Amino acid sequence: MIAKMLDRSEVIHIARLARLNLDEGEIERTAIELSGILDHVERISELDLEGVEPTAHAVATRGELRPDIQGASLSRDQALAEAPVTDGVGFIVPSPGA
Amino acid sequence: MTDWEAVIGLEIHVQLATQTKMFCSCSPVFGDDPNTHTCPVCLGLPGALPVANAQAVHLGLMIGLALGCSLASQSVFHRKNYFYADSPKGYQISQFDQPLCGPGNLAGVRIHRVHLEDDAAKLIHASESGRIAGADSSTVDFNRAGTPLAEIVTEPDLHSAAQAREWLALLRTTLRTLGVSDVSMDEGSLRCDANISLRRVGDQTLGTKTELKNMNSFRFVERGIEAEIIRQRELLDSGQTVTQETLHFDPRSGSLTTLRSKEEAHDYRYFPEPDLLPVEVTEAMIASARDALPELPIERAARYVSELQIDDVLAERLAGDAELAEFFDAVVEAADKSIEARVLATWVSDDAAGRAGDDGLLASKLEPAALAELVALVDDGSITTAAGRTVLDQLFEVGGSPAAIVSDQGLGKVDGGDELEAAVDAAIAAEPEAAEKVRAGEQKALGPLVGVVMKHTSGRADGGEVRKLLLERLGS
Amino acid sequence: MSNDPTALTAASSAALVKSGELDASDLFEAWLGRAELDTFGALSWIAQAGESPEQVDGPLGGVPLAVKDLFCTEGVPSQSGSKILEGYKPPYTASVVEALAKSGAPLLCKTHQDEFAMGSSNENCAFGPVLNPWDKSRVPGGSSGGSAVAVAAGLAPWALGTDTGGSIRQPAALCGIVGLKPTYGSVSRYGMIAFASSLDQAGPLTQDVTDAALLFSQMIARDPRDATSVGHQESIHLPDRRDLTGVRLGVPEELSGDGIEPGVRATFEETLERARELGAEVVPCPLPHAPHALSAYYLIAPAECSSNLARFDGVRYGQRVDPGDGLDAMYSATRAAGFGPEVRRRIMLGTYALSSGYYDAYYGRAQRVRTLIQRDFDEAFANCDAIVTPTSSSVAFPLGSRTADPLSMYLSDFCTVPMSLAGIPAISIPNGMSEGLPTGFQIAGPAFAENSILGIAHALESSIQFDRSGARV
Ligand SMILES: [Zn+2]
Repeated sequence: MIAKMLDRSEVIHIARLARLNLDEGEIERTAIELSGILDHVERISELDLEGVEPTAHAVATRGELRPDIQGASLSRDQALAEAPVTDGVGFIVPSPGA
Repeated sequence: MTDWEAVIGLEIHVQLATQTKMFCSCSPVFGDDPNTHTCPVCLGLPGALPVANAQAVHLGLMIGLALGCSLASQSVFHRKNYFYADSPKGYQISQFDQPLCGPGNLAGVRIHRVHLEDDAAKLIHASESGRIAGADSSTVDFNRAGTPLAEIVTEPDLHSAAQAREWLALLRTTLRTLGVSDVSMDEGSLRCDANISLRRVGDQTLGTKTELKNMNSFRFVERGIEAEIIRQRELLDSGQTVTQETLHFDPRSGSLTTLRSKEEAHDYRYFPEPDLLPVEVTEAMIASARDALPELPIERAARYVSELQIDDVLAERLAGDAELAEFFDAVVEAADKSIEARVLATWVSDDAAGRAGDDGLLASKLEPAALAELVALVDDGSITTAAGRTVLDQLFEVGGSPAAIVSDQGLGKVDGGDELEAAVDAAIAAEPEAAEKVRAGEQKALGPLVGVVMKHTSGRADGGEVRKLLLERLGS
Repeated sequence: MSNDPTALTAASSAALVKSGELDASDLFEAWLGRAELDTFGALSWIAQAGESPEQVDGPLGGVPLAVKDLFCTEGVPSQSGSKILEGYKPPYTASVVEALAKSGAPLLCKTHQDEFAMGSSNENCAFGPVLNPWDKSRVPGGSSGGSAVAVAAGLAPWALGTDTGGSIRQPAALCGIVGLKPTYGSVSRYGMIAFASSLDQAGPLTQDVTDAALLFSQMIARDPRDATSVGHQESIHLPDRRDLTGVRLGVPEELSGDGIEPGVRATFEETLERARELGAEVVPCPLPHAPHALSAYYLIAPAECSSNLARFDGVRYGQRVDPGDGLDAMYSATRAAGFGPEVRRRIMLGTYALSSGYYDAYYGRAQRVRTLIQRDFDEAFANCDAIVTPTSSSVAFPLGSRTADPLSMYLSDFCTVPMSLAGIPAISIPNGMSEGLPTGFQIAGPAFAENSILGIAHALESSIQFDRSGARV
């Protein structure tokens, strides 16, 4: 079906998508571990799934909507209470362009 | 030199006019202090879950119906995964492969789809905020995060910058008439991106397109697209190729710059949002959206032509401005039925709207019923057209009743009699040369004489009558 | 002993409070004393003395509750076992915790768990492993290991856990207590720090089946804040069934044969024999796609978790590591430092399964396999009232014995994962001992058949008379 062995560059690409720093050792280890797991889970490729619909939720199928009525919001102090870095008005982040 | 044809498609984001955000019960109000309209859901706190706003779905269906779209029986929200400081959850919730509304058409431009999603937070860069938070940091305000958006995507059916602007204006009027959005480009409740490519005239295949992002006024939409068309044409004419990329138009310099990509390789890893179940669009929901539809600009223009015998150009001008059309409808409603609608239309479109300028008619003191009364006074000859315009000035500034203004200021028509005769005599005395020419049969010399009479009577005299009297006196 | 209210089941204590024989605040204080006896690393937070609730007129009689770390509790650390949320105090309380407090089960303590509920041994907790009270050299199971230990060791009368692929049932089995994973959607997920949204479900971990029924009866509700919650089709009553006359129990060969430890298989066979004696008919019941359930599960759950855990980015809460090289560098450093190895592994796996070009082969296929598994259960329940299996293929295993090989840890969940994918309810009850450690017996029923499986469990429990005193401190 697909190449089962993940290579270094794929692991680096996935880590970048997931925003996870991996050191050299972790890249190697992850490639081996994920390849092993994928090798196992790819057994589902043996199944004939022609015409089988996917199931996203097992029990309920239709979502209830919410009436358009305002509820309580957090105060700004509550919103900022757990922020690692704040100026009391907003959440401070490193500049995206830096 | 090759003849190139521009092929343009638009993607329009419209903030929906709901009381609450797309997936939580916070107010989506614009302009308040930062981070005062948030909750666990729109801040993306651990454990919080989204629940879709029924009114946003209702407004989305209204848009779909107004744009002649086919409506989905079921719509599925997906997660669009990307990391950015404006994204509280690490993903946007958007109807990806089963949008609420499918193909439609507005004024010959095909609509590809209309779908719902939640807006991102606002990122204020240190340089913009003026606050000293370290030169290399930014501040995030989550008030806007989660505001409901409808994204309207057209097929590439537009072929010039001017056409794109004109069509966008029609879409905006349509949305404003629907009442689904404030459609203010200033405040960002209407945002427009454009996909632009060029091809040889007659070619069927599309060229490589670029995406022009977030043009925040109608003028910039037109100028930005125009600039990009020129840029692409120059590339192609010089034998180069267009690179697929996302561009930003800087209205100050008129230049186009490449935007840094938000997510490397744009791998958004879409998958069905597991915190939400599919939205089932019922017959009852469609019926309720249909019932809520007002008359749309295109329908209104057609009605003005067929029922009110107004010419096409005037009808489109009136119907193309929701506020003006509503004012006009009110004038027609108030006016005596003996007055022709196209006379009213001219007064509304040329005289009233001309005076209103950018602020719009609603900002003036003029009431539709007062304008109807004023046109009636002109129509039955009680006052002259010129006097009518004077009255209109007053109505604009202070309002009130036209009849009262006419009598208070003595603007009633001068109907023959001593006053007019005296004015005619005075004019002949004041312009002897002109009078002599008229006596000699030179009719066009009447002009200065009529002018003097009009000046003396403050425009209250009927021009035809003044001419008649002058000719009698001058014996020609 | 007769004067010690902590020696009673929760339901018995609640009855005494309601009849006026027991004072609710005395009960709360007595349990605070028990919670202080934690030498297993089970508890992450304990209420202060004097914090007992004023009003206890609810059906739960003021019997206090242990709550898994991942439930948000206002002003109380809610860390989901993760360093990235160390010390995090949310501004709101999870719907189900709020509902239970209103029904008369105030918060006594919070319990350690595998980080973000990912694990089957509780060794993936950033705050240290939880030890099994039957044998401190062994794991308690996971991910609701702290909750299971709190109840087994008598640190708390009952506890709240969550189950994604077995995280209530397996630790219940390994600790010799009762654990119920309810029908998906019957309990609100609002305020539960998510692992895999389409699978996560809160449920009770209790001393016996009656306690499970009592606690569960107050958990079910359609919550307007959780679009996937549906509430329950019937109210839950306390089970009184003592025989199994007319009950057909289906035994799937796929989940009870190969891969089950001999000692576990022995107690399973004994329990089947007991069921027959109680009047049940035991029939074979194939679940042909069950062997593929683990594969589907280990694609779906990581995919959902990779997205659910994207919000832990060091901006609005939690820890931040900022190397000073821009936003992306801050994200990557924060997440690498804040997440443990198992969480990182599953995020990587899930990100890969959703990435461009692989979606159809992995996530898409897994969702179709889920359909087949659901159909298997539908067909099975046309032939039997409940499906029974061993809960876990083994008894509690030694600490550290499986951490080196993630795949072998994953494979140990094979009896519990199929029910999770199908969204159906399943309960684990202790059914005997092997090597001096408890074994678990799993009973699964159709969606919303909790009353039925609680009844069957009660009849078996009454007959088995499992002695759980060996775990009590
Ligand atoms: Zn909110």
